[in-house]
Amino acid sequence: MMPMSGWGRVNPHPAHVYTPRHGNELAAWVQNAPPTIARGLGRSYGDSAVAEHVLAMQDLDWLQHWNPATGELACAAGMSLDAVLAFVVPQGWFLPVTPGSRFVTLGGAVASDVHGKNHHVHGTFGQHVRGLTLRLGNGERLSVSATEHPDLLAATCGGMGLTGVIEAVQLQLVPLKSSTMHVTYHQLPNLTALLASFTEHAQATYSVAWLDAWQGGAGLGRGVLMLGEHATQGPLQWRAPRAWTVPVDMPHGLLGGPVLRAFNAWTYARGKNRHLQQDLIPYFYPLDALAQWNRLYGRRGFYQYQFVVPHAAAATLLTQVLRAIQEARVPPLLAVLKAFGAQNHHLLSFPMPGYTLAVDFPATEAAATLMDTLDHWVHDAGGRVYLAKDTRLSQRHFRQGYPQWEAFEAVRAKYHAAGRFASYQSKRLGLA
Amino acid sequence: MKFVVIVGATSAMAQHAARQWAARGDRLLLLGRHADVLQALAQDCQLRGAAAVDTLVHDLDDVAHWQQVLPAHLTDAPPVDVVLLAYGVLPVSDEVNHNWQALQASLHTNMVSPLGHLAWWADRLQAQGRGTLAAIGSVAGDRGRASNYAYGAAKSGLATYMQGLRQRLHRHSVTVLTIKPGWVDTPMTAGISKNALFAAPERVGGDIVRAIDNGRDQIYTPWFWAVIMRLVRAIPERVFRRLSL
Repeated sequence: MMPMSGWGRVNPHPAHVYTPRHGNELAAWVQNAPPTIARGLGRSYGDSAVAEHVLAMQDLDWLQHWNPATGELACAAGMSLDAVLAFVVPQGWFLPVTPGSRFVTLGGAVASDVHGKNHHVHGTFGQHVRGLTLRLGNGERLSVSATEHPDLLAATCGGMGLTGVIEAVQLQLVPLKSSTMHVTYHQLPNLTALLASFTEHAQATYSVAWLDAWQGGAGLGRGVLMLGEHATQGPLQWRAPRAWTVPVDMPHGLLGGPVLRAFNAWTYARGKNRHLQQDLIPYFYPLDALAQWNRLYGRRGFYQYQFVVPHAAAATLLTQVLRAIQEARVPPLLAVLKAFGAQNHHLLSFPMPGYTLAVDFPATEAAATLMDTLDHWVHDAGGRVYLAKDTRLSQRHFRQGYPQWEAFEAVRAKYHAAGRFASYQSKRLGLA
Repeated sequence: MKFVVIVGATSAMAQHAARQWAARGDRLLLLGRHADVLQALAQDCQLRGAAAVDTLVHDLDDVAHWQQVLPAHLTDAPPVDVVLLAYGVLPVSDEVNHNWQALQASLHTNMVSPLGHLAWWADRLQAQGRGTLAAIGSVAGDRGRASNYAYGAAKSGLATYMQGLRQRLHRHSVTVLTIKPGWVDTPMTAGISKNALFAAPERVGGDIVRAIDNGRDQIYTPWFWAVIMRLVRAIPERVFRRLSL
C-alpha cells in the first residue's frame, strides 16, 4: 500500500499498485482482481486515476508499428507523448492534438479525450485515434475502431478508463515541416476584447489566452491571446532541455497574494503585441520545464478547475466567475481561456462549442466553497466540468453536464466493464 | 555498428539502453525470461532502426543452460562489442532476513548467477581482445544498511568481483564497467513511495550508454549519488550503526 493522489495532490488514498509487464499478465490480473483503474503518468489532477487497486501502465511503452511514409503509429498505451515526439519529430511528424504536458501516456490522452490549442480546428485527441486494443473486464482482448465495436470506441475516448484497460493505441500523425513555431501575442485590455479576439482569429491553427485573474474593475478579464503556426522552414529537431525540478514541497502559502499579483501583472506586461519564433517544446509545453511543479503548492496540494460554457452564456458567466474568484480571495496562479470548436460523438468527451476556462486554486476551504458555487452557475448555463481535472464534482452535476452518461453505462454493461473498473471519481459520480 | 548483448534485457533500465542502441543502428541480442516482453522490446528496437534484433528466452538464473546454448548463437555473429548484465530482484527484507530459502534465492539471482554470466563472457571478450563488460550493481552495495543488507551484500559481491575482472582484463583491452544506480522508478520499486531522489529509467539508460561510450570503469547514476555515497561511506561505523537510513 502506498499513498496515491492525482497531480493536484489533494486527499492521498492508500493504494495497492500492480505493475503488469505485459498484456498477458494484465489479462490474468483483470479477470481475478477487485475493481481497478489503469493509471499512466498520474497527470490527471483529481481522483480519476486513483483507486484502492491501481494498474500502473507506464512500463508498457513499446512502439508496435510505424509507417514513416503515412504517419500511422501504433504503440503500447503506457508510452508517453514525450517518447512519441522524440521518435517522430526528427522524422517530420507531429501529434495531431497535444495537451499542455507531454508527460502523459497515450492511454491517458485517450481516456481523457484531451484537447489542445487547436481544438477549434482539429478537435480532440480521440478523433485522431484509428484504433485501440482494449482489455475488457472479462480478460478478453478486443480491437476497437470506427468499424469494429464503434460504440465501445465512442465510450472509451473520454471514458476515464472505465470501459476497460487501454493496452495499445493506433494514431494518425500529421506532417511537420519544421520544429519552429511562429507565435503572435495580442494584448487585450478586458474580457470583451479578449473574447472578440478569439472570434477574429478563428483561422489560427493554435490559439489560447492567458488571463490575469487578479485584475478587477475595467480591466476585468484582461489577458494575452497567443496564436501559433508551424513554420514551414527550419530545422526538424527534438532537443528537450533538462527540466528544473522543484525538489521538495514548498511551504503552504508561498504562492500568496503579492507574489501571484506581481507574476500576473508581469505576464500581462510582457504580452504586448509582438511576433516571435519559438521551438515546439517551450511553445507547447511551458510547464514541463519545471518538473514536479505541483510541489509549489505545498503538501496540501491544489485544485484545478476547468469548465466550458456555450458561446451565448460565455461573456456573462465568465465575468461572474472572475468576480467571484476575486471576492473569494482565491485568485489563481494561472488562468487559461480557450475557444472550443465542434463537439464530437464521444459519450463523455469534455469539449463543446463555447469557451473553456482553467484555473488552479490552493486546496483551501474557501476554494472548495467557491467551486461548489461555480458548479451551480456553470451547469445552469448549460456548461460542464472537465473530468480529468476534477476531484469533487457531484453526481447531480455530472449527469447534468454529461447527458449521455446513461448510454455510457449501457456500453460499460455490454462490454463487462460495470463493477470491474472503478476510480474514486467514478464512485463519486455514481457510475457502476 | 556495434553488436550488443543484453543479459536481462527486459529490466526497465536495460530496455531504455536497448532503445538508444537501436536508434543508432546497432545489432542487438536480447536475453531474458519473459518471452512476451522480449518480443515487444525487439519489435520496438526494430522500428527504431536496429540493424538486427534477436531474442533468447530462458531463466537467467540457469547459467549452465546459457553456457550451453549461447555458443551456437554466436558462431556466425560478429565480435561482441558490449555485454550488459541487467537483471536482479529487490527482495522483501522481512523474508530474506529470516528465511534461508528466500535468502539463498535472492543471492543466487543478484550475485551467484550474475558472476556465472560474467565469468563466461569475460573469457569470450578476453579471447576477442576487445569489448566492454558492464553490469548493473547498486548504491546499496556500497554500505550495508538495515533496510536491505541482503540485496546490498549481493551487489557488493558483484562489484568486488568486477574490480578483479577489471584488473585481469585490462591487459586484454577489455573494459569492465560497474553501474551503480540509486533509486529508479521501475517495476522493481513499484511498491515504494517515491521521493525527489527517484530517477526515471530513461535517464539511467542514457547514462549507461554514455558510460560505455566513454570507456568508464564505474558510474553512479544519476550523478548525484556519487556525492551521496561518498558521504555515506565517510560516516564512522560507530556512528553509522545508530542511524536508520
